[in-house]
Amino acid sequence: MFKKILIANRGEIALRVIRACKELGIKTVAVYSVADKESLHVRFADEAVCIGPAPSSQSYLSIPNIIAAAEITNADAIHPGYGFLSENAKFSKVCEDYGIKFIGASADMIDSMGDKASAKDTMKKAGVPCIPGSDGLLKTIDEGIKLSNKIKYPVILKATAGGGGRGMRIIRNDQEFEKAWNDAKQEAGAAFGNDGLYLEKFIEEPRHIEVQLLGDKFGTVVHLSERDCSIQRRHQKLVEETPSPIITERLRNKMGEAAIKGAKSIKYEGAGTIEFLVDKNGDFYFMEMNTRIQVEHTITEEATGVDLVKMQIRVAAGEKLEKKNYFPLRHSIECRINAEDAKNGFRPSPGKITNFHMPSGFGVRVDSHCYTGYTIPPNYDSMIAKLIVNAPTRDEACDRMKRALQEFVIDGIKTTIPFHIKLMDDPKFRSGKFTTAFLESFDFSSIK
Amino acid sequence: MKPKEIQELIDFIASSGLAEVNIETEQFKINVKKYPDSAIKATDISLPVMPQVIPQSLPVVSSNQVSTAVTTPKAEKAVETSNLITIKSPMIGTFYRSSSPETPSFVNVGDVIEAGKAVCIIEAMKLFNEIESEISGKIVKILVENATPVEYDQPLFLVEPN
Repeated sequence: MFKKILIANRGEIALRVIRACKELGIKTVAVYSVADKESLHVRFADEAVCIGPAPSSQSYLSIPNIIAAAEITNADAIHPGYGFLSENAKFSKVCEDYGIKFIGASADMIDSMGDKASAKDTMKKAGVPCIPGSDGLLKTIDEGIKLSNKIKYPVILKATAGGGGRGMRIIRNDQEFEKAWNDAKQEAGAAFGNDGLYLEKFIEEPRHIEVQLLGDKFGTVVHLSERDCSIQRRHQKLVEETPSPIITERLRNKMGEAAIKGAKSIKYEGAGTIEFLVDKNGDFYFMEMNTRIQVEHTITEEATGVDLVKMQIRVAAGEKLEKKNYFPLRHSIECRINAEDAKNGFRPSPGKITNFHMPSGFGVRVDSHCYTGYTIPPNYDSMIAKLIVNAPTRDEACDRMKRALQEFVIDGIKTTIPFHIKLMDDPKFRSGKFTTAFLESFDFSSIK
Repeated sequence: MKPKEIQELIDFIASSGLAEVNIETEQFKINVKKYPDSAIKATDISLPVMPQVIPQSLPVVSSNQVSTAVTTPKAEKAVETSNLITIKSPMIGTFYRSSSPETPSFVNVGDVIEAGKAVCIIEAMKLFNEIESEISGKIVKILVENATPVEYDQPLFLVEPN
């Protein structure tokens, strides 16, 4: 087992990792930028090293600075958390070169899952259902129309070099194809300097459902069931829950087994998540794989009782996984509390928290790095706390979440707490029948 | 009371012509005596425990909290620090006074240096980096021991500028 772990992150996830280390009797090293001097993770760790000025590129994203910090503290492992360098293949390799265990995926695994096209290819070969579409780039309009009829409209043309929704066109019939093709090609060429397009079946109003996985170095991969993350705003998750209100036991087993198959095909080690899109027929399609611990790992922990961060550390230290899958024993919901004004377009609201009081009581958990008097630095993301509840049923979990949100006091800045309270009362949310389009028609103006 | 404020208070008393000053408020108590050779000595500064603005979520952490490998050295509460410039570490690594155990130190206390002069080496990942001073002046104090780890922005040298 490791003697000392350096946590290459900040905020609430750094605290999360430090807590797991303490329980395992492992010493901890916190790294921090100049802006995070008063941060909680710095105080909770056994040692702390200042690794640079406020900008992430010069501190939390600086591979040499982090490696140097590990060297001078003699850390034998690095936990990268999420974001920052957690899925940086180069960092994973550098750690390996310096004899420091990277508690995450190997450079090869990160690379193979990082490229969307090749990830899809890999999964397809492993027998994981993928969104039907073109094999690589489309060469002609005729080829496109032929394929669209095969996989059935609606389809979507996507730029291979693309992102941010650009170079994308949804096509609903043969007549629309030529114009969409020309428009998308032109946009892609202008935006990315590469007008290559590929085609996919367009999944309308899907649900975003992901499966948590754990893999050890002996080839065992297990799943810990799904998380429903369909409540999103501009592709940012706001609320997550498990079990998903629409996943049956049968579908859970099917998706779980598919995810395991995919992960085994790349000999995956550590904690990872495979994201699927699920359509209204209950058909699921591989979207992408995240080779790191995720923000919402908490709800899986609450529902299954498994400490995922400890498992990450154990598996990285060479321990063997028990060959069993885990299923939700309780219903768990997480609300991400951000320093944003939900009533006014989720405008960021940084500043000093003049009063911070966390909710508690039966079935309530708060993962947060904030405290009264803490000033949120403007250099990093706006998440201030994760509020997680668990209860025997979904209804009780929603009631408990509302109760806990009402107890949560964060003065001095605007937060998304009022939005979450309104959401817990929303009849459509309560029904469990919603898709990723849900928030598009949500009335934000009536938030108190 | 911040160290800088204590410094300013001492300076004020020094220039006041008084021999001894005692100040006591609800927050702090300070006693300053001026010696005949006019070197000010600040004694008996007792500051209270930091007011408990911070609630349950910021506990007093376990006793093995204090960082061992990289303790930032406390800046001296001396009168002389007010006009001095601190050379701070621009990187993380191990601090060395000279380029090898056999060669002499780059600088010693009392040396006058020009901007651009190498003052120390910081080693990280088997690479030895010469750190150059950005200022000219006289080395007044060396704040770090040879072959100890340093972090970003850690004070290394106190320099009296020209």
